Amino acid sequence: MKLDCSIDIHHLTRVEGHGNIRIRVEKGKLMEACWAVVETPRFFEAMLKGMSAERVPFLTSRICGICSTSHALASIRALERAMQVTPPPAAEGVRMLAMHGETLQSHALHLFFLAAPDFADTPSVLPLLESHPDLVKAGLALKELGNEISTVTAGRCTHPVSLVVGGLAKTPGKDRLQRLLEMIGERKAALEMACDFFASLDIPRFERETEFISLHNGATYPFIGGDLVSTDGVHQDENSYLRMTNEYLTDFSTSKFTRCSRESSAAGALARFNNNSEFLHPEAKKTAERLGLRPVCHNPFTNNIAQLVECVHILHDAEALVAKLLATDMKEARVPVHKKAGSATGAVEAPRGILYHHMETDREGRIVKADCIIPTTQNNANIHYDLGALARQALKEGKNDREIEKLATMLVRSYDPCISCSVH
Amino acid sequence: MNHLGFERKPVKIGSFDFTCCEGCQLQLANRESSLPDFLALIDVRNFREISSERHDDYDIALIEGSITRSDEIERLKAIRRQAKVLVAFGTCACFGGVNSQKNRLPEKEAEQVVYDGRPVETMPSTRIADIVRVDFSIPGCPVSKDEVERIVVSLVNRSMPNLPKYPVCVECKQRLNTCLFDLGEICLGPITRAGCDAVCPSGKTACLGCRGPAEEINFPAFMELVREHGLSPVDLTEKLGFYNAFEHIHRTDET
Repeated sequence: MKLDCSIDIHHLTRVEGHGNIRIRVEKGKLMEACWAVVETPRFFEAMLKGMSAERVPFLTSRICGICSTSHALASIRALERAMQVTPPPAAEGVRMLAMHGETLQSHALHLFFLAAPDFADTPSVLPLLESHPDLVKAGLALKELGNEISTVTAGRCTHPVSLVVGGLAKTPGKDRLQRLLEMIGERKAALEMACDFFASLDIPRFERETEFISLHNGATYPFIGGDLVSTDGVHQDENSYLRMTNEYLTDFSTSKFTRCSRESSAAGALARFNNNSEFLHPEAKKTAERLGLRPVCHNPFTNNIAQLVECVHILHDAEALVAKLLATDMKEARVPVHKKAGSATGAVEAPRGILYHHMETDREGRIVKADCIIPTTQNNANIHYDLGALARQALKEGKNDREIEKLATMLVRSYDPCISCSVH
Repeated sequence: MNHLGFERKPVKIGSFDFTCCEGCQLQLANRESSLPDFLALIDVRNFREISSERHDDYDIALIEGSITRSDEIERLKAIRRQAKVLVAFGTCACFGGVNSQKNRLPEKEAEQVVYDGRPVETMPSTRIADIVRVDFSIPGCPVSKDEVERIVVSLVNRSMPNLPKYPVCVECKQRLNTCLFDLGEICLGPITRAGCDAVCPSGKTACLGCRGPAEEINFPAFMELVREHGLSPVDLTEKLGFYNAFEHIHRTDET
């Protein structure tokens, strides 16, 4: 067995934001295994105080450049519930489609640009343009589709413009929805190719039992609103989100940590899959089976596979949703908002996991108190404790420092962390 | 690479993020259909978000985000020493961006709300040009990839890029949109620099001025427009302060 190891990664690459990994083993004993987020805080919750409700989604979307739609929709849901506004069904359909666009774009970015280079042993996606041109083309085709869905539904792919409290500021044109339908059909082959590639990969074997937390509505694979559940049997309503998070501060990270029933918990595609796999589209279920993914899976590296399974679900669900929207009268897509005092939580499944926005308004609809708990925040403790367990396992297997370093970086990337988002 | 018989070399680029959401860098990976051609124009030497390979021999540095901590000042100055051309990339870098909204609060209050009063190192959100010399600015929240492509092509061809001088209103009219003022909303389109193809008013939401002031704007006439329509001065203040891009003009008008 190997006796010493020292890994110190400053500003991990191929992730969103700034985080450091430290692992130190002396004479066979693990002295330190640490996931430290060093991102600068932006104080969004403080900025939100006093802001008028209608402006809020435009500010909170700026928390994240990758999952801006999730942030906008979490705020909108919290505010609509706080002020008892019921959005029209057409708006709900378009919002769900916007979520699908964002998730597809985000998963494609992560799988092909950030994660795939690890499996091909290249520093970035750029050499893959030469060595695996068809794979990169497939990744780009899926990412482009995700962005196009967002543009059609929300007016822009990053920082949505037409998702507002009360519904939609502008509805998508039927001609563009029709084109989207064709585009979804055309891109199924690209996804098939991606599945072939990921099926051929050797996913690292590592397990540390943990608690998976996600939304759950008992009828569909969840994206917007619902109950909060965990694989340890916790079940809460949306407004009781604090029982799932229990945020705390550490002295080595500007991003907070959370826990529920154990020392850590996990959110994200794997958590959604572990709690809701029976609600996946039949084609996505087939993909999961083919790739050997079964609930409850405790290997964090398989979050990549769960993301791919979700891409299959999204492509098929988006296809059905667009067809439904084409047959819907979209004239009634916004209701007037009567401002009032109230408070509520809006929970959505952002690409990286469950995202909570809690908003309290005064009689004029201005924010009295805001709280945003980000998926990566909920994964910090899990990443932190995984690193220790992974280092111990790798040492037992006699891996050298370089191999352990690679595994540790791949582990963190598997969570697809959104670090600046987690600090906000 | 050969173009019309002229030999062109890809430009060596570094992309760096400071306090921000990284949404502007993400735009570089958008417009997927032309992405391979775009990548052929540039030689990515340093871009932590997408590559583990990091070199310090870049000529052009794209700087995303504003500065909110002392270690960021040192990192930015080191990049300035290396780069031949330093570009403020996106609204946070150009104006301080949404991050600047916290500047209006006492630091202690912000820490109390977010970190239960535990002191966290931070400073007022500062635009890049207040710390180092900036050669070119590309505003936008996020930046528009179309515009970035145009600018990079200019730089590769060794010509000076430029931004539209006219306001968003011009682009909005070209798209035949109904004016948001006529729908009872304050829109900053009349005073904001164009180049975004009026993406927000085209989605029927007000321009919040992420691209900063257009050249030679008529601010008193804009204020008159707001008054004429009987719109809320509180709403106007919230919009003008959203990206910190109108601080100077706003204050000059008040005095």
